[in-house]
Amino acid sequence: MLAGTVRFARHCLKFFPAQKHACVDFGASRGRAMLTFMASDSEEEVCDERTSLMSAESPTPRSCQEGRQGPEDGENTAQWRSQENEEDGEEDPDRYICSGVPGRPPGLEEELTLKYGAKHVIMLFVPVTLCMIVVVATIKSVRFYTEKNGQLIYTPFTEDTPSVGQRLLNSVLNTLIMISVIVVMTIFLVVLYKYRCYKFIHGWLIMSSLMLLFLFTYIYLGEVLKTYNVAMDYPTLLLTVWNFGAVGMVCIHWKGPLVLQQAYLIMISALMALVFIKYLPEWSAWVILGAISVYDLVAVLCPKGPLRMLVETAQERNEPIFPALIYSSAMVWTVGMAKLDPSSQGALQLPYDPEMEEDSYDSFGEPSYPEVFEPPLTGYPGEELEEEEERGVKLGLGDFIFYSVLVGKAAATGSGDWNTTLACFVAILIGLCLTLLLLAVFKKALPALPISITFGLIFYFSTDNLVRPFMDTLASHQLYI
Amino acid sequence: MTAAVFFGCAFIAFGPALALYVFTIATEPLRIIFLIAGAFFWLVSLLISSLVWFMARVIIDNKDGPTQKYLLIFGTFVSVYIQEMFRFAYYRLLKKASEGLKSINPGETAPSMRLLAYVSGLGFGIMSGVFSFVNTLSDSLGPGTVGIHGDSPQFFLYSAFMTLVIILLHVFWGIVFFDGCEKKKWGILLIVLLTHLLVSAQVLPNDCLLGLPSEYSKARDQQYLLTSLVLHASGP
Repeated sequence: MLAGTVRFARHCLKFFPAQKHACVDFGASRGRAMLTFMASDSEEEVCDERTSLMSAESPTPRSCQEGRQGPEDGENTAQWRSQENEEDGEEDPDRYICSGVPGRPPGLEEELTLKYGAKHVIMLFVPVTLCMIVVVATIKSVRFYTEKNGQLIYTPFTEDTPSVGQRLLNSVLNTLIMISVIVVMTIFLVVLYKYRCYKFIHGWLIMSSLMLLFLFTYIYLGEVLKTYNVAMDYPTLLLTVWNFGAVGMVCIHWKGPLVLQQAYLIMISALMALVFIKYLPEWSAWVILGAISVYDLVAVLCPKGPLRMLVETAQERNEPIFPALIYSSAMVWTVGMAKLDPSSQGALQLPYDPEMEEDSYDSFGEPSYPEVFEPPLTGYPGEELEEEEERGVKLGLGDFIFYSVLVGKAAATGSGDWNTTLACFVAILIGLCLTLLLLAVFKKALPALPISITFGLIFYFSTDNLVRPFMDTLASHQLYI
Repeated sequence: MTAAVFFGCAFIAFGPALALYVFTIATEPLRIIFLIAGAFFWLVSLLISSLVWFMARVIIDNKDGPTQKYLLIFGTFVSVYIQEMFRFAYYRLLKKASEGLKSINPGETAPSMRLLAYVSGLGFGIMSGVFSFVNTLSDSLGPGTVGIHGDSPQFFLYSAFMTLVIILLHVFWGIVFFDGCEKKKWGILLIVLLTHLLVSAQVLPNDCLLGLPSEYSKARDQQYLLTSLVLHASGP
């Protein structure tokens, strides 16, 4: 399988001799995904802007480093470079994996692709796993998020009907409403982007982050304290929430240590996923998950898809998209490794130098070329490591959210069964791995949701209905297979 | 019950696997991916065997006690067979993958087949152990008295040790199996299958839940003997 991949990659590289680097985009699922969850949340009207902002963002033109450090948006001049890298580019492509580095022989490029792939798959596994762990831990311990307290206005039909057919019909109708809201929002976003309403989008984004970081955190903290019966006075609460929220705003929208920013992005994805899990009715949630993957596939791959149009518009203008929320793993992620990667110390310095170069070139109005951004080629192993770490992988927060919604729903409704949750977790990770592999093969924008969500759904329903009785029976007879 | 039993049993069952993971797998991204793929393969094999068992149950459609028991035994054997088939399928996949890796990195050492055997065995084992034990473990966190109706009070401990044995056995089976495939000694595959069946069928004579502590220890000793045998077999 991998041999076939490599052969194909070599084949492709032959066809693009002039192209020094083939960058693979990951497709607009994040934007859409964000659209989905934003639209469904009646509390967050302001978040629609953020959603639309995300899908409005287009990837920077086809260059590895450029994608990460694209030409700066006019309004963001004061911002920190690393933040801009997270903020710009790869909105529509959730992940921007570049295969090959300019100036390298093709064999090395493929080798870098694969080595690049494995390391960056893990760099995505870790945050996705962390987000899911937070969501599952909350679902299993805090009762609030599994209680039914009404529904969003985007899913008006109730599922409390006696007959199965009626319930199914209601969930399908809910899904249709939700998806149509998403489509409308996406189109609105494309229009906004086409008419260059950047300040509007930027303000919208800030408003929605504010709500997420302050209001949702406050609610979450309140519920956790209630669950564990811990008393907290209002001044302390105010101080805590204020610090958390303010640092979060600074980290996400301005400057901050990368790890802190990543942690905040994971936290807010988890919070949004929890909101979804709480407010989406059972069957509607599953149908919506399925419909979103289909929509993702269609919107990214079809020529007239809104997200594809967005991508193309941004490419024409040679602009970075607004930051919105993308998870960036530009550094070596050392969580979960037994020993600290010594090169990570050096990697921390890396993204800044090329960015400064880019800055100086931007001021001259020249388009940024990838060659400019490469660190001086000192020696092969060192530079290779530096190159890899520089090419961070970006994943859209919408993907985080929907993966966590799937796993969280499995945990919430699995009748106390952990096997279902674990099966969905493994299925999603494998889907992510396969998607990245496909990305390396096809080298074009691909949606991140379909494969993982499909696997997740298949494994959820089959584990819940087939595997669970089997394993329970085996366990009760103490049979180990 | 509660925290002491929970943590004790959790570390008995998953301690060695966790140590193996942290010290050998967690450092290399490629190994982590192969581990998760192995877990996925085991999961799919479980899915198919559950399907077979479910369909058999639906077809026979008999609520009789002994019939259900025979169905379970049939389900166990089918499951073991399907697991070994998937282990073979994973072997084929890894063979192709390592050929691919070799062809593009001629200078660098691709993971050897022995290493991939170990990783795949660990993947299978971890998934198998987790699926068998995690529900029991989560129940042990809550209040209760074990064996209040006359069952053995060592239920959790026995389950934890059995899970440990199964995880380690999967690792060893993986190594032995892949070795047999590499050297084209198909007899070894048969031996792995038979020992797997032996382990799974071990509990049956004890009539399951009503085993006395002495029978538990007998079964456990047999498991350990088998584990050490397979360990020695996988050594060379």
